[in-house]
Amino acid sequence: MRGGHNFYQIRVSDKPVMASRDPINIIVAFDKESILLHEGELAADGLIIYDSAALKQRHEKTSFLDIPFVDLAVEHGGSKIMANTVATGAVLGMLSMNVDILSGIIGETFKKKGEEVVKANINAAAAGHEFAVKNCRGCSFLSSPSSDPRMLVAGIEAIALGAIASGCKFYSAYPMTPSTGIMNYLAGKEKEYGIIVEQAEDEIAAINMALGASFAGVRAMTGTAGGGFALMVEGLSLAGMTETPVVIALGQRPAPATGLPTRTEQADLLFALHAAHGEFPRVIFAPGTPEQAFYLTNKAFDMTEKFQIPAIVLFDQYLADSVWTPEGFDLSRVLLHDYRLRGERFRKAEGYKRYAFTDTGVSPLGVPGDAKHLVVADSDEHDEEGHIIEDAETRVKMVQKRLLGKLPLIRKEIQPPLLYGSSAPEVVMAGWGSSYGVMREAVDILSQGRSLAMLHFSEIYPFPSTDEFDYMTVLKNAKLSICIESNATGQFARLMRTETGFEFRAMIGKYDGRPFTLEGLLGEINAHIG
Amino acid sequence: MPTLDDYKGQTPAWCPGCGNFGILNAFKNAVVDLGLEPYQFTIVSGIGQAGKFPHYLKCNTFNGLHGRTLPVATGMKLSNHKMPVIVFTGDGDCYGEGGNHLLHAMRRNINVKLFVHDNQIYGLTKGQPSPTSMEGMITKNQPFGVFSEQLNPVALAVALDCSFVARGFAGDMGQLKELMKAAIMHKGFSLVDIFQPCVTFNKINTFEWYRQRVYPIEPEYNPGDRAEAFRKALEWGDRIPAGILYRNVRPVLEERIPMIKEAPLVQQTFDISKLEATLKEFY
Repeated sequence: MRGGHNFYQIRVSDKPVMASRDPINIIVAFDKESILLHEGELAADGLIIYDSAALKQRHEKTSFLDIPFVDLAVEHGGSKIMANTVATGAVLGMLSMNVDILSGIIGETFKKKGEEVVKANINAAAAGHEFAVKNCRGCSFLSSPSSDPRMLVAGIEAIALGAIASGCKFYSAYPMTPSTGIMNYLAGKEKEYGIIVEQAEDEIAAINMALGASFAGVRAMTGTAGGGFALMVEGLSLAGMTETPVVIALGQRPAPATGLPTRTEQADLLFALHAAHGEFPRVIFAPGTPEQAFYLTNKAFDMTEKFQIPAIVLFDQYLADSVWTPEGFDLSRVLLHDYRLRGERFRKAEGYKRYAFTDTGVSPLGVPGDAKHLVVADSDEHDEEGHIIEDAETRVKMVQKRLLGKLPLIRKEIQPPLLYGSSAPEVVMAGWGSSYGVMREAVDILSQGRSLAMLHFSEIYPFPSTDEFDYMTVLKNAKLSICIESNATGQFARLMRTETGFEFRAMIGKYDGRPFTLEGLLGEINAHIG
Repeated sequence: MPTLDDYKGQTPAWCPGCGNFGILNAFKNAVVDLGLEPYQFTIVSGIGQAGKFPHYLKCNTFNGLHGRTLPVATGMKLSNHKMPVIVFTGDGDCYGEGGNHLLHAMRRNINVKLFVHDNQIYGLTKGQPSPTSMEGMITKNQPFGVFSEQLNPVALAVALDCSFVARGFAGDMGQLKELMKAAIMHKGFSLVDIFQPCVTFNKINTFEWYRQRVYPIEPEYNPGDRAEAFRKALEWGDRIPAGILYRNVRPVLEERIPMIKEAPLVQQTFDISKLEATLKEFY
């Protein structure tokens, strides 16, 4: 895929990698622009590998290594298209890594293209590898021996997997970066899992289709980015009023209107929280890693059906597109309870009323057609049966049922933030969503000789109570509390103030469309702690 | 067998003499004729006087938002395609607010039935013009008359190769009942545009106005001929045709989806153990 400058950053470490870094050790440049744009980011001992013949330019600096990607590809693979395979082999050579793993991957990737293509690519990789081993005299990179294979999964795939694991049967959406990956992944699994993925004509249709599917008795989800969510807002309100379960994956990207469509920001938190007219409960989760994305998407499915409220999984482009290496997802942790009234149980129910007043505020969610009972949902204020009303008494009782009755029960299920670092820290960094990894690595580095911790919020709304873990005391006792988020106004800090009255001492915001890098964040924190 | 008594719902809050009563009666008779029990189908409605329709009978109901009936019905039908899904909507709801959804529902050919109460006016909001209001109609908001050309929903439907296109009249209950039955029995997306005089706000298109113009389509007319149907759909003025304008045989969306060949989605169970193999693909 082309269209402007494209790049991919890979970080290799023998410790878990959780964030992007600024200095680059090896730059593989396939065009002049890559050199121009990234040479300044090269580490002191870093190297740029390039093909002087292909780029028609020669660099004499010691930080450059000329590798004839194209010539080697033609000579050993038979086609210049394998130049990138040569380069990949060369990088492994520079890292003193064995080329066999790559050969295996080539075998799998090009299986469908036939044995010849596989063989040619393996030869090309070996040629690149050999060239680097022989010619990279300045190479001081050392990699640790490889460990057991780990999962390699992007945040967006983890959300899709979480949906499948939750028994999601219907996904309707309109394509919009950075959420489209969910639709792509689920569409690839439609047949295997019996999921219907419908591309809607717009986001308004997308959420309404999901609500129709949910009413009919299946688990349903939709996904979009901020602009599409803006169109969904009346549907969100409809879900709230009709108490129809729906999971919404909301991917944040920077700026109002079209903004920077392919970049990252965390500026839709308050939008997700306040979107829609009228008052009704909702949950908002903001995973920080693919693992959290998997389990929280599952929890969103559980809670949306348990309480018949909309559940929002709030992520951003950075989490969506970052590929992590978790140990794996534990399916025994997946919540899979069917809260719907269906089949025999529905047939045996007496005097069924869709919006019956109950102690918990949660009314029986019958599957239409499974019994002679009628299921009536209404966007108007309604009585227990679901029919339009105007009287004040029923209105008040419905608000008590739908909203006030459920709220404390919903809040009980919300987990407190994760504390990482010192248990009685002098410095606390607080954040939410995709800043998890970079904050954690910052804690590891800054903790040496300092009492410091992070508080990461992934279950954001209803705001977690302090019953289980009194994180507010941790915050209040700290000499310095810093709120870290990728936006300009400090939306989480504002939510914290609204919910608890607590005011962070300092703020680190970022709104250039790029994710926090470890070095960038360390620099900002150091400016505060001196 | 169901009887008309089984369909007795709340007392309608429509104006006395409203065309909607004729539609309500025609529909109750249609489902009784077809032997459908109230729990065996779902009505999706939007907002407007037509949106209240399902409350005035007995049935599974999703009374959603203005203009959004068709997406809700689509999600429903895909999830349980064995259950008839019937949409009751109005000219403002479906042709105005929900116009985009109408185009795409016709394209999809989802087996949903769309019954539009077309009174050529906004009743619920008290007399503004709708997309089907006639050019020149003077209202409080259009003191110089409506400038936009009147939307012709049946011609639009034929143009989009909608699977079943009919026009009915609330003043001819017998024909309307038969049109509703034919639409429900038809395999494919079906539109029945129903003239429904608004006795309070539309002083032009009255019962009398329609009675003078609406005529039943000749029995020898062939609704399978699309070009002829388009000509018929364009008829307007002194004589306006009512009946089945167009009918085709097109593959229905639900039948093209392999996942629901064996059973409706809602009846399919989920086995999480399958996921182990899927997760392995990420190693």
